[in-house]
Amino acid sequence: MTIHQISVFLENRAGQLSEITSILSEHHIDLRAISIAETADYGVLRLIADKPQEASNVLLEHGFILSMTPVVAVAVPDQPGGLARVLSVLSRAQIDIEYMYSVFGQVQGQAYMIFRVKDEDLLRGVLAAEGIAAVGGDELGIH
Amino acid sequence: MERYYQPEIETASREQLLAWQNERLLKQVRHVWDNVPYYRQKMEERGVTPDDIQSVEDLHKLPFLTKDDLRDAYPYGLLAKPLKDCVRIQSTSGTTGRRVVAFYTQHDLDLWEDCCARAIVAAGGTEEDVCHVSYGYGLFTGGPGLNGGSHKVGCLTLPMSSGNTDRQLQFMTDLGSTILCCTPSYAAYLAESIHERGLRDQIKLKAGIFGAEAWSEEMRRDIEAKLGIKAYDIYGLTETSGPGVSFECSEQTGMHINEDHFIAEIIDPDTGEVLPEGSKGELVFTSLTKEAFPLLRYRTRDICVLTRKPCSCGRTFVKMCKPMGRSDDMLIVKGVNVFPSQIETVLLEQGYPANYQIIVDRVNNSDTLEVQVEMTAENFSDSLARITEMEKGLVAALKAMLGIYAKVKLVAPKSITRSEGKAVRVIDRRKI
Repeated sequence: MTIHQISVFLENRAGQLSEITSILSEHHIDLRAISIAETADYGVLRLIADKPQEASNVLLEHGFILSMTPVVAVAVPDQPGGLARVLSVLSRAQIDIEYMYSVFGQVQGQAYMIFRVKDEDLLRGVLAAEGIAAVGGDELGIH
Repeated sequence: MERYYQPEIETASREQLLAWQNERLLKQVRHVWDNVPYYRQKMEERGVTPDDIQSVEDLHKLPFLTKDDLRDAYPYGLLAKPLKDCVRIQSTSGTTGRRVVAFYTQHDLDLWEDCCARAIVAAGGTEEDVCHVSYGYGLFTGGPGLNGGSHKVGCLTLPMSSGNTDRQLQFMTDLGSTILCCTPSYAAYLAESIHERGLRDQIKLKAGIFGAEAWSEEMRRDIEAKLGIKAYDIYGLTETSGPGVSFECSEQTGMHINEDHFIAEIIDPDTGEVLPEGSKGELVFTSLTKEAFPLLRYRTRDICVLTRKPCSCGRTFVKMCKPMGRSDDMLIVKGVNVFPSQIETVLLEQGYPANYQIIVDRVNNSDTLEVQVEMTAENFSDSLARITEMEKGLVAALKAMLGIYAKVKLVAPKSITRSEGKAVRVIDRRKI
């Protein structure tokens, strides 16, 4: 059920991001989700790839600093109030979200959100109790 | 008409100066031999005794002292007077492991202040002047030195210390400061602020005495034009007393070394051989009159040229040029001594690789220090907050070691050039 996010160190200079996407493209790796957090000087690129292990290997080969980070993907009804409901469940359970971002596109009225929290099992349990399912890699086309 | 603080000394004949130097050197060598076992041992290792030193001609027989000696002997190893006779300590800024602590008797302070007073009078100072001292006060020698000199001249002394520009400008305009003493970069900053606020008509400055860091002739002309003053250079180091080892006169063609208190030599930094007048080499000072902390043949690491060409000001003291560089890798940033090895120590302690680059620049007339260090897999995290926290920790550790703020820039791995052989650790973009 655990989704592996690849977190990559980015120096803030022109061309860094393009270099990464080119490398991934050459290896026919498709991106499912992408998010960047940055300061004035550097940033962290977070991405969900269809072939995480391969993506990680090729980026390491190209000298990037990265880490694999466990995250939880959650299906959210793609309608007003969909995300609000999920977040209120987390709020009641006092689960801190370190960060979150959305997956590209939607399938049959479902959007997907990626959550990074301290305790993924706790998050999954709290959501399941409310009938909200964390989704596995298959559903997102991750091999 | 050139004015002097101590005309009988500053314009003494070369013969007279040499006679003073000979007499004082003999006395000083004996004083050190009797009271500083650390230096006595160095002399013994070279087979030299005080009897071998009969005049300045014999100076070259004495062993050198270096910053390493000062570190080895820290804190009391080079002290030549009982602590009960000492009244003051001054120290170089926050450089752990390289800290210099200098001791002064009341007599030492008196002579040091005389040297600073000579510099103030050479810059046109009289008892009619309001002397605005914006050097830092405290362990740093700048504030206390010029403050003492200003008292000796009889100026109304404003002990402003550094920083708080609003207050500086208010006192300058309200109290009519006529002489400004500070680092050249702070002078340039004040000049800029005065210009921006349209205060030029409200200030009465006529001269500035600027030292403790390197500055260019262009910077001098710029400050002079913006403030409508004449800007004088002053040189010194904590090891020998502080500012006032040498100072500029109206000719502005080099700094007169107070030769009644210091003997200057120029040596080949590699061989230690004394070079003839006019040669470029490392400046070495022997302190002739200091009682508490008398350093003999102290290697400053400053690269310099001495000249005895007669000066139109009438002073007979030898002149030194602005230091042209260093014979070690020490950087002077914001007037503070910075060694790359100190930065390396901090990086390793904080779990960063020793592959780093130091970038020094001057932005808006103020020095900047940036340390670029490569991100490693161990230090990397998907959380920006954790990376930022580590970065803050590194900035704090650098500040604790260096005494000044250094910006940390985390860069991608392998992005710092690995050169063949000796790595290029320092890029100094300042145009000096």
